Order: sequence, then C-alpha cells, then structure tokens
Amino acid sequence: MLNLVWLVPLFPLIGFIITGLGRNHLGKASGWIASLAILASFVVSALIFIELKTLPEDIAEHTTGSHVVHLFNFINTHAMQIAFDFQIDALSSIFLLVITGIGFLIHIYSISYMSHDEGFGKFFAYLNLFVFSMLLLVLGANYLILFIGWEGVGLCSYLLIGFWYKNIAYTDAAKKAFIMNRIGDLGFLIGMFLLYSKCNALDFKSIENMMPTLMNDPSYITAVALCFFIGATGKSAQIPLFTWLPDAMAGPTPVSALIHAATMVTAGVYMIARSNFLYSVAPIAQQVILIIGLATALLAATIATQQNDIKKVLAYSTVSQLGFMFMALGVGAYTAAIFHVITHAFFKALLFLGSGSVIHAVDGEQDIRNMGGLKKYMKITYITFFIGCIAIAGIPPLSGFFSKDEIMMHIFTHGTNGKIFWILGMLAAMMTAYYMFRLLFITFHGTYRGKGHPHESPALMTMPLIVLAALSIVGGFIGIPEVFGGHHALNAFLEPILLKSQALQTSIYELSHQNEILLMGVAVFIACIGITMAWFGFKKYNAADTTKGIAKFAEDKWYIDELYDKVIVKPLFGISKWIEKIIEKAGIDGIVNGVGRLIQVGSTKIRLLQSGLVGFYLFMFVLGIILLFALQMWLVKF
Amino acid sequence: MNLLLLILIPLLTAVAVFMMQNNNQVRWIAFFGSAIQLILSLGLYVVYTNARNHGDTAQMLFEQNMPLFKSWNINLHLGVDGISVAMIMLTAFVVVAGVLMSWKMEKMTKEFYFLLILLSMGAYGFFISLDLFVLFFFLEIAVIPKYLLIGVWGSGKKEYSANKLALMLMTGSALVLVGMFILYFGGGKSFDILQLAQTTIPTWTQHICFPLLFVGFGVFTALFPFHTWVPDGHSSAPTAGSMFLAGISMKLGGYGCLRVATYLLPEGAKEYANIILLLSAIAILYGAFATMMQKDLKYINAYSSISHCGFVLLGIGMLTKVAITGAIMQMVSHGLMTALFFAVIGIIYERTHTRQVNEMGGLLKVMPFTITLLFIVGLCSLGLPGLSGFVAEMTVFVGSWENPDTFHRIVTVAGCMSIVVTAVYILRAIGKTAMGPLKEEYNNLSDAAWHEKLATIILLVGIIAIGVAPFWLNDLVSPGAELIMQKIQMAK
Repeated sequence: MLNLVWLVPLFPLIGFIITGLGRNHLGKASGWIASLAILASFVVSALIFIELKTLPEDIAEHTTGSHVVHLFNFINTHAMQIAFDFQIDALSSIFLLVITGIGFLIHIYSISYMSHDEGFGKFFAYLNLFVFSMLLLVLGANYLILFIGWEGVGLCSYLLIGFWYKNIAYTDAAKKAFIMNRIGDLGFLIGMFLLYSKCNALDFKSIENMMPTLMNDPSYITAVALCFFIGATGKSAQIPLFTWLPDAMAGPTPVSALIHAATMVTAGVYMIARSNFLYSVAPIAQQVILIIGLATALLAATIATQQNDIKKVLAYSTVSQLGFMFMALGVGAYTAAIFHVITHAFFKALLFLGSGSVIHAVDGEQDIRNMGGLKKYMKITYITFFIGCIAIAGIPPLSGFFSKDEIMMHIFTHGTNGKIFWILGMLAAMMTAYYMFRLLFITFHGTYRGKGHPHESPALMTMPLIVLAALSIVGGFIGIPEVFGGHHALNAFLEPILLKSQALQTSIYELSHQNEILLMGVAVFIACIGITMAWFGFKKYNAADTTKGIAKFAEDKWYIDELYDKVIVKPLFGISKWIEKIIEKAGIDGIVNGVGRLIQVGSTKIRLLQSGLVGFYLFMFVLGIILLFALQMWLVKF
Repeated sequence: MNLLLLILIPLLTAVAVFMMQNNNQVRWIAFFGSAIQLILSLGLYVVYTNARNHGDTAQMLFEQNMPLFKSWNINLHLGVDGISVAMIMLTAFVVVAGVLMSWKMEKMTKEFYFLLILLSMGAYGFFISLDLFVLFFFLEIAVIPKYLLIGVWGSGKKEYSANKLALMLMTGSALVLVGMFILYFGGGKSFDILQLAQTTIPTWTQHICFPLLFVGFGVFTALFPFHTWVPDGHSSAPTAGSMFLAGISMKLGGYGCLRVATYLLPEGAKEYANIILLLSAIAILYGAFATMMQKDLKYINAYSSISHCGFVLLGIGMLTKVAITGAIMQMVSHGLMTALFFAVIGIIYERTHTRQVNEMGGLLKVMPFTITLLFIVGLCSLGLPGLSGFVAEMTVFVGSWENPDTFHRIVTVAGCMSIVVTAVYILRAIGKTAMGPLKEEYNNLSDAAWHEKLATIILLVGIIAIGVAPFWLNDLVSPGAELIMQKIQMAK
C-alpha cells in the first residue's frame, strides 16, 4: 500500500482536470465528482495510516518509519539532481488524514453552500487543486517538492479568495495574499539555496544524516532555519506577514474553512516540524519563533476581541491559534504543535462552516451586530458552534483543552523565562475564551436584530457540522497526558520522526503531577473568567455602543495595514516611478535619442568639410602628414 | 539528418509564398511550411537523443563542412549539439504559433509572410552554423526583416521604433563583426568555432574581443543599458512580430553570448564576469520595477522580458555548469512564455482595440479561454512551479549559489528578489484586465478563434512539458553546458 501513495494526490488531480474541463457541462455533478475524488484519497490515506501503525517494530525502529517512494528525476543536470519523491511516515500520514478528511467534509458542505453560484464547477475544480497542492506539500520527500506544493497552495488561495472576481476589493485581497506569501517564499527559496550549496541535496533524509557535520557551523544552520521561518510566517500568517489572512475572508466561506483548517496555514507548522532536525540545533531561531509566536498570539487575540464581522473574528482567532502552534515549535515541542494543528483543524473547520451556515441563514449578512437570537432558529448550528467555542476556549474534556494544555506545559518548563511566556500565553488564552463567547452570545443569544427570516441550513450542510463537532469533542483523546493515566498515543506515533531531535533536546516536559494538575486548574479557571466576562458583557447585547480608546485601535487592527502601506508599498512604487520616469525615459532613452541626433547633426557638419576647395584639401593633407610625423617621433621616444 | 533541410525548407516556403496568387493560399502554404519545420525540429530532437543514447559522444552531431571562400577560410560548417537542438525546437514552436496568429493579417499578406519565414530561416541558420562568418550572415538575415515588419505592419510610433530597433541591433552587429575579425586574426585565421575552441587565443585578444562580442550579442538580449529598443520595438510590432522578436531574436543574442563569446573566450569571460553579473542583476530588478509603472500590456511584457532575459545573462556570468544550464533553459522557457504572452495580448487587442489595462476589466467573463491563458502565462512569468519559468529560474539560482563569495551572493539575492516584484506587476496586470466589473461595450466580445486557440495551445504544450518534466530538457542541454564549463575551468 505504501508504494501506492501517489494515488493520494492523483485523485484530486484527476478531479481537478475533470471538473475544470467540464465546468460548463457537468452542472451539479462536478460537486459530487470533486467530493468523491477527495473521499477516494481519504480512503487510501486511511489504509496507509493503518499500515504504518501496524508496521513490524524492527522495521519501524531502524528506518525511523519513513518510506521514500521514487517517482522520477525532476531536475536532472549531471551536476544537480532532484528527484520527484514522496515520503510517507507518521508525520505525513497524519497530515494526509487531516487534509483529506476535513477536505472531504468541506467539499460536501460546499455542494449545498455554493449551489446557487454561477461558478459552481470552477469552484470545485479549484478546491480539488487546492487539496492536491497541499497533499503534494506534505508528501514531498525534499524541499523542492514541498516548495512546489507550497506555491500551488498559494496559487489556489489566490484563485479562491478572488473567486468572486467581479468585486475589486475581493481580488485585491487575493492579490495581497499572494504577494505576502511571495515575500515569505523568497525567504524559503534562499533557505533552500543555502541548504543545497552545502549539502548538495534537498531531501530530508540526506540532510538529516548530514546534520552532524553541519552542526560544526551553527551560524549557517541558524541562517537556514531563519530563512525557512520567514517562509513559514508568510504561509502560516505570523508577524510580520499575517495581514493577508483576515483579508482572505473575501472568499466563499468553505474556502476560509479549507484555508484555516485543513490546508495552507498549517503548511508552515508542518514544514518546521518536518525540519525539526534543523531547528533543534538552532536555538537562536527557536527563540525567534517562540517570541514571534507569542507576539502573534497576543496581537491577533486583541484584535479579535473588537471585530464585528463573524468571519474576521474567526480569522484573527486562527492567527492567534497559529501563534500558539509556533510557540510550541519554538520550545521544540513538535508533537504538541502537531497535536494542536489536528484539534484546531477540527474545531476551526467546525466554526467556519458554522459561520457559513449562519451567513447562509441571514442572506449573506456577516456583521454580528445585525444578528442575535439565532439559537431559536437554527438549533443544530447553535449547538455545534457552541461545542466549537468550548473546544477552542480550552474547557476539558474537549479537544482544544488537551492540545493547548500540552503546549502551555512545555512553555512553562522551558528555560528560565518559561514562566513569563506561560503567563503571557495564558493571557492570550483568556482572550480566546472571551472573544469566542462574545461572538457566540452576540450571534446566537439575545433578540434577532436583522431583517428577513433566518432558517436552519439543509442537511448537506449540517451533517459535516455534526461530524466535526463530534471530532472536536473526542479529538483530544489521541493525546491524553500521563497524569490522567493516558499514554500519549500521538507522541508514541510521531516519536520515530523526532528521534534525532530528541537526542539533542528533550521533548518531554518534566513536571510533578501535582504541579501539572495545578497548572491545568489555573488554565481552566482563566478560560472560565474569559467566558464569564463575555457573558456579562454580551448576554443582552444591542448594537448601540461604539468602541473608543484602545479598543478602537484594536478594532482598526493596530493600523498595521496602514503602516505597511506607508513604509513599504508607497516607497516601492516611488522607486519604480523614479526608474521609469527619470532613468528610463529621461536618462537612457534620452542618451539613445541624443546619440541618434548627434550623428545626424554631426554628419550635416562633416558634410560641410567636403567643400570642393582644393586648397583646403591640401592644407588638411599637409596637416595630417605633420601629425603622423609627430606621432612617429613620440612613439620612437618610448 | 541533413541540417541543410532546416535552411532549405523555410527558403522554399518563402519562395512558394511569394508565388501564390491569393491570401488564402499564402496562409496555408506558410502554415504547412512552418508545420513541416515543427515536425522537422521534433524529428531532430528524436534523432539527436537517439544518437546520444547510442553512445555518440562527438561534440557536434550531423556535421557537414563545405568551403565557401577558400582564400578567407570561410566554410559552410553546420552541426548541432543539445543547446542548438533546444533553440531550434523553440524557434519552430514560435514560428508555427506566429504564422497562425497572423491568420487575419490582410495588409500585404504575401510580403508579411515572406518576411516572417525569412526571419525564421535566419534563426535556424544561426543556430546550426559552426562558422562565425556564416553565423553572422544569418544573424543579419534575422535582423533586417524586423525593421520592415515593424515599419510597415506596426502600430503606434512605428517609424521611431523601427529605426531605434534597427540602429541599436545594427550597432550590436557591428560590434560582433569587429570582435569576429579581431578573433580571426588573433586566433589562427579561422572563423570555425570548433577550430577556434582548440587553438589557444592570446590573453590580450580575449580581453579585447570578449567585451565586443558579449556586448554586441548582449544588445540583442536586452543587456542593460542597451535594452531600450525592447519596449518600443515590441509594442510597435504586429503580434507575430513581437512573438518572433521576444521569442527568437532575443535568444539569438543569448546563444551568441554563450556559444561565441563565453565558449571561445573563456579568459575574457572570467575577466569580465563580475561586470556581466552586475549589469544583469540591474537588468533583472530594473526591468521588474519599470514594469510596475507600465499601463500598456505590450509594454508590461516587454519590460518584463528585460527582467527575464537578465536571468539568462546572470546564469552565463555565474560561470558554473548548473547556472549555464539554467540560462539555456531560461532562454527556451522565456521564448515560449513571452511568445504566448504576446499572442494572448494580440487576441485581446484584436477584440478590445486597446492595450491599456485601465480601459479593460472583467474580461474573464466574456473570454474565458484567452484569459485562462493569460493567467497561465502570467503565472509562468512569476515563476510558479509546474510551468517552465520556475525550473529555469530555479536552476539559475541554484547554480549561482555555488559561488560562495559575498559579491555573487548579493547579486543572486538581488535576482531572487525579483520574484516578489514580478508577482506584483503580473497580478496587477491580470487583475486589471481580467477581474472587476465588465464594461458595457465589451459585453459581446468573442473568445479566441480556432487559429488563435491552436497557436496558443502549441506554445502552452511546450511550457507545461518543460515545467512538469524538466529532466528531458536538462538531459538535452547539460552536456553542452558541460563542455563550455570545461573550457572555462581550463582557462587561467
């Protein structure tokens, strides 16, 4: 089965080709074809996963459980060879399941959600391409194949964010997403070139084996690690490249679910977890990741508390949660980060699809100030959304609690400043509980403030919600900490991949059981404070109050977009205007035209020399001879 | 395979075109002629790789050598290696597409096609010549028709553009000619590339000849600051003219820089490599930034060509095997890509009668086929994996990175930065053309016609074939790059 791993991306690719070419002919069938393609790759992924789990112990131990499937040589000059290989191991198999599983639910949901859109077929073609690119990203056995998927994901996000292309604001958002990702890609590319120049290879296995020699040059490893991290800040929306993600809400809601849960933003986390052998020996890079992650978690959480667009709140929540994942990566807790990716995928897909259901119910309205009291009208959406909220807020025993808790434990026990980071992280966690329940109360409680008649969505939309809600409840059980008598199943599964890193750095936190229980208690208490604050603030919300003071700053996203515009965008356009107007037109073109004119003028002047006067010719003749003699004398002297 | 066919078929086609009575006959004859060229070039690829796979390790295959002027030692010496085969295939693709794109040309059709075919003959001759004098002769054949193509069938300020183009390219040719003669007298009275490669050319000759030849050919491939013919020339030319200009003519320069200047004068190349790198890095960024300000689609593609051709010269100047392979791949990739881009612009212009992006918008709704191609070619231009631009630029970058010193690193990083700027201008152009609300007067526009579809699909096949499976092109060109590298490594 493992050798058939190429089937996993092949199905979505075929789906893309069929739905893409037949977008005007297939009608509603294209939605089902696309969904079926994803289902097929989910089945294959599941089979692969099962086979990996049941692999005989001795094979798993000696090969770190990684299987490389060679397809063909992609680049093949004699001096540079890069193979098109897939690598299948614990890490990629988990991602395969998440991508195809959640991707499938989102596809099913979209059949109903997009049913009235004129671009129905095109939409599903893009969705399949999106899933294909993401699968390529996690299956690639070297950085180049990973990068191909990485770019493909960027392209699909561009196409889908700007799906409703007649609206200029939407296409601008799409453009912004692509360009910000490109800035990150530049970092990624340079990291890749740096790596290649020393290792002469880009595949993970060779580089991992070369680490002992590479470690002699710590500054080099730090440089590579930081370059890759720049790439990750683009894809995974971290400071400073995070502003595209909230704008990406311009796309249809299922796309947001796909971007935020199953694909795209988790790419950065995956890439760093995949490169754990690099990061574990680059403490400076880790420190940078930790700080950026924390800053992003806090900044995005403050903004989320003041947003009034249902999708914007969720978008900033994603940015903030990604910050948590990066904090985990920063302290070397790769398993915890992957754990949070998985649980986050469950509840964030649930919340986005739930918000889509709400938007569907209130005729496209996205401003929560015009909603309210919706729990009366849409029971299933309300209950599932509620489950999503408590899962993300970190209330046990839902999934978000376990994964966030594991991250916070690692941070608490990390180095000397761990406790400070823990307190700040807890602050972000409290805000998470606060803004999620603020959203819940304003949207579903109180009285309905909008026009029209809200209604529950059709079964095709609510079924995925129910499945995702169930996953959000039980998803945490794959990683129950020892203190509760569990044996962290995820840890055990991922261990072979992190073996090399663990030899360099302990990834198991050491904390007495009393302290661990105590910290968990504090975390739950803090989450409850957040929820209570939201309850008192918004249980009977009516849209009269306006924000002011510091809240206004948060509502306006700390003016970061405006800052980038002033500091980066305007000067760059200034440069190109200067090049175009001054250097190109006046400078170089001026010289070219000037030379042309000079020759014309010069030749009219030279023409006058041929005056026909024999005396003048004679004079010039003698002058020439004298000059020649002078030259001769001068040459002889030397 | 007899390489003379590559010259004779276009020549016969051109003659046949001239004898035809009506425009329809002219079109079909030109199309059949160019289709035969395409088949011939693909056949050449098959025969060539077959010979190589059977262990034929001669530097040039299918060689033939006939004396032309005994006293001057000028011979009609023909032969191909992988690099030439790649360039010949590129030419054939672009020629067929160009002929198809001119299907609706009604003004002096016969003369137009005659010049197009003549131009393609010049290009084929150039790529198969192993004698500098003959090579120069074909270079000139490829230049002169362009003057007429722009001056007669062009648009906008066509006289100015035609003059500018012809004068700048002639200046380039003049430099090549002078360099060639110095090489002739300094290198054992021979114009033969293979012979010259064997003789030791004195250092001072190399130092004098290299800049002459490199700048001379460089003018063709938009070497900064000799690039200003590019935007004006391309935008005034008719669609097929722009396609030939960017797809083929600019590649003549790159090929010349590599095969003549760098290969024959490795010491000179080493001496001036840093200047080349500096100029090409400037060209890459300068072209990219200048493109951001353009509002005319043709100007956008022309300025972006300056930026993309910078990668060709960057790859050559890096003097590593991988970078040179990358430079050749970039030539092929850029040739196909830019020809497709101009074809798409031509299709749009035919219908909207404007090339100003500000006057368009929402065209995706009425011309889905054409705009999808605009997307694909734009994405190729900004280096998206799966399309040819990515593998070519990637190979150049990886090869560039082999030089560990700070100067090379800075130049490479500067080149890399263009990927962001390229994304900005490409997405801007696509956004303004394809997205947003559709204007009232464009409601009834038709999508591409059959000949336009055929032309663009032919080019698209090439782009995807390189982008998805670059290994065949690697295999084809890298032995040639290897030989050039050996010469450079042996030089002082």
